[in-house]
Amino acid sequence: MAKKFMYVNRKPPYGTIYALESLEVVLIGAAFDQDVSLAFIGDGVYQLTKGQDTKAIGQKNFSPVYSALGDYEVTKIYIEKESLEERGLTLDDLQHLVWEDEDDDWAEKDSIRLVSRAELADVLDDQDVLLSF
Amino acid sequence: MKIALQINEGPYQHQAADSAIQFTKAALAKGHEIFRVFFYHDGVNNATRLAIPPQDDRNITAEWVALQKEHNLDLVVCIAAAQRRGLIDEDEMNRQGKDANNISEGFRISGLGQLIEAGIEADRLVVFGA
Repeated sequence: MAKKFMYVNRKPPYGTIYALESLEVVLIGAAFDQDVSLAFIGDGVYQLTKGQDTKAIGQKNFSPVYSALGDYEVTKIYIEKESLEERGLTLDDLQHLVWEDEDDDWAEKDSIRLVSRAELADVLDDQDVLLSF
Repeated sequence: MKIALQINEGPYQHQAADSAIQFTKAALAKGHEIFRVFFYHDGVNNATRLAIPPQDDRNITAEWVALQKEHNLDLVVCIAAAQRRGLIDEDEMNRQGKDANNISEGFRISGLGQLIEAGIEADRLVVFGA
């Protein structure tokens, strides 16, 4: 039986390598047919911001990879509402992540689920495996 | 209970490396099974055999090696994280044409799939650091 795996992303995309190496685990883990979801909390919400430009810091901009998550059947991406608000961000500042539902004539559906801190706590409580980065 | 560990921080820099050893000892003493210990991020540095901590300090790698021998632990170093940070074993040294290797006995290098498998197979995956 598939387990519920959740990757909890808590760090900004640059400054440390945690975000990039978390994404590497998510992509490898997608091959294991588990029930996968991602959460972005705290400074982790910056990982999904639109229009990232890393030229000046000489690092690879890996943010386009998030838009491929739907192809890896990673379709549940939780964003904590308070974390966005505390940083003056809204969903419009984030990439629009979607997946195609093969059971619904490949209809394009939103991957992002905006949840409150309290709601996310319940989602976390429901997981079998939490990997935090 | 079957327990797996993920260690995300290097030795001496961060308490997580020590906490993981102490947790492992405590879990084994209570009769739990350690399914696997997976070293990721800077945690791969726990596997170097070339570190020389001061003589009056603990030797974290040596402690892992001792635990591995006594309990036949599966100590797995993530290959992607290790290559980035210059942690390589003899096979990888030959394959990549490098002039040295530094992975300690008792550790093996493998892929991230080993971490996911640990999450699937173990009753609990406990993450140290990050």
